[in-house]
Amino acid sequence: METENENNEHRIMISIMDLYKSFGDNHVLRGVNLEVENKENVVVLGRSGTGKSVLIKIICGLLMPDSGSVNVLGKEVELLNDKELQQLRLQIGFSFQSSALYDSMTIKENLAFPLVRHSKNLSKTEVNEQIERVLDAVGLLQTMNQMPAELSGGQRKRIGIARTLILQPKIMLYDEPTSGLDPITSIEINKLINLVKEKFNTTSIIITHDLTCAKTTGDKVAMLFDGKFIKKGTFDEVFSDPDERIQNFYKYNFIH
Amino acid sequence: MKIKPVEKKLISKKVDAFFINLYSAFQFVIRFFKEVFKPPYEVKEIIKQCYEVGYKSLFLITLTGFITGLVFTKQSRPSLSEFGATSWLPSLVAIAIIRALAPLVTALICAGKVGSNIAAELGSMKVTEQIDAMEVSAVNPFKFLVVSRVLATTLMIPMLMCYTGFVAMMGAFINVHQNEMTSFITFFQQAFDKISFLDIFSSLIKSIVYGFTIGMVGCYKGFHAKNGTEGVGKAANLSVVLSMFLIFIEEILIVQITNSIRP
Repeated sequence: METENENNEHRIMISIMDLYKSFGDNHVLRGVNLEVENKENVVVLGRSGTGKSVLIKIICGLLMPDSGSVNVLGKEVELLNDKELQQLRLQIGFSFQSSALYDSMTIKENLAFPLVRHSKNLSKTEVNEQIERVLDAVGLLQTMNQMPAELSGGQRKRIGIARTLILQPKIMLYDEPTSGLDPITSIEINKLINLVKEKFNTTSIIITHDLTCAKTTGDKVAMLFDGKFIKKGTFDEVFSDPDERIQNFYKYNFIH
Repeated sequence: MKIKPVEKKLISKKVDAFFINLYSAFQFVIRFFKEVFKPPYEVKEIIKQCYEVGYKSLFLITLTGFITGLVFTKQSRPSLSEFGATSWLPSLVAIAIIRALAPLVTALICAGKVGSNIAAELGSMKVTEQIDAMEVSAVNPFKFLVVSRVLATTLMIPMLMCYTGFVAMMGAFINVHQNEMTSFITFFQQAFDKISFLDIFSSLIKSIVYGFTIGMVGCYKGFHAKNGTEGVGKAANLSVVLSMFLIFIEEILIVQITNSIRP
């Protein structure tokens, strides 16, 4: 009952209104509006350098907006103090484009790193159980004692996702989850994103320019162009729009 | 129009950048003092860094310390023997080593070995988004990476300085013993005859300041590395140059202060 109330209360998990962000004279975001509902996967599509990654970095407070409002789980990100921001970040998982695994630590230490700092009451056995649980969920239990440098690109992405899942976040932010991967590994990552949603009940924003990823993982697709969303809807709704910019994006993805 | 207007330069791009950098370095130091006393304490990481800074520098420090003592004694001998004053060698060498050589040699070697290592490590963590990853997993990267390393250099470099002093004195003793057949006890009695508490105390203070500087500069440069691998190389290089420059400035200042209070 309590969980149901909580879910209703946060039906809109992320709400972004009139967001602006510039770096010097490079005006990256120019009035972005977006709402993400509970347990929804929203794919943000756009060309490289259009500010897709900036958008999710603002959501988790790594960057601050110039103006506009970013409301995550009912909290205005730009108004939070350090402690409140840390509390909010515990509920957000961020999968980096480069995986960002700590390369001086083993996979096990990578996964234990956030866990032991936030769940101090856990015994060693419980920590190990949690690590095994998330490694099993991403299908890489056997890599536990390996170093990140020994893994392939796809495996590193999976471990990156496992490391964020260990804190059981409500929101997952994926930054280019399939970039630099071969098509078969990309499909595996897409399946994993859907599996994470089902198994861990997460709400996700997936940043990509890969249409296969967008189609397989997105409940909704939002097309970012020149710092604004020019179209939002399901994959088919977005790409049935005759807008030349959207059609060009679609065509160039399948160019020979 | 809500687009943020581009900020105009106050003087010029380079001068503005210099002052912005200076301000951010100042903020970085202030943040260290704010975070250092705040729990949770990363004790395990501090011990690991002490091992990295202290134990792993021992070989290099032993070699340079010993050679410094030996060569300095060798080079001083001809000038002193002209006046028939070679018996002053132990006290002359001791004063030089304890007041200046031990802290400086240790600091310069560590600026090269430890400072560049810290800047390169943190720099590569920065450009591969590992620092951001720590931040989004609600772990304070400043506390884990910066505070532990700065504490380690501030604690270990004074210890390394004492060790360098001892090894350099041993180098000097070997030379004096070879030429004058002075015994170990007589050598050290003569050597410490002219050394005061202030000499030892000021050297300790110096090496604490140098250790703090090396850790701080290495961490600052690494933490603010940008532009990929090129940026990491730059950070490592700049950390060595800047640490050495600051160490010499601090040396001048501390020597001035010590001399003004010397009775």
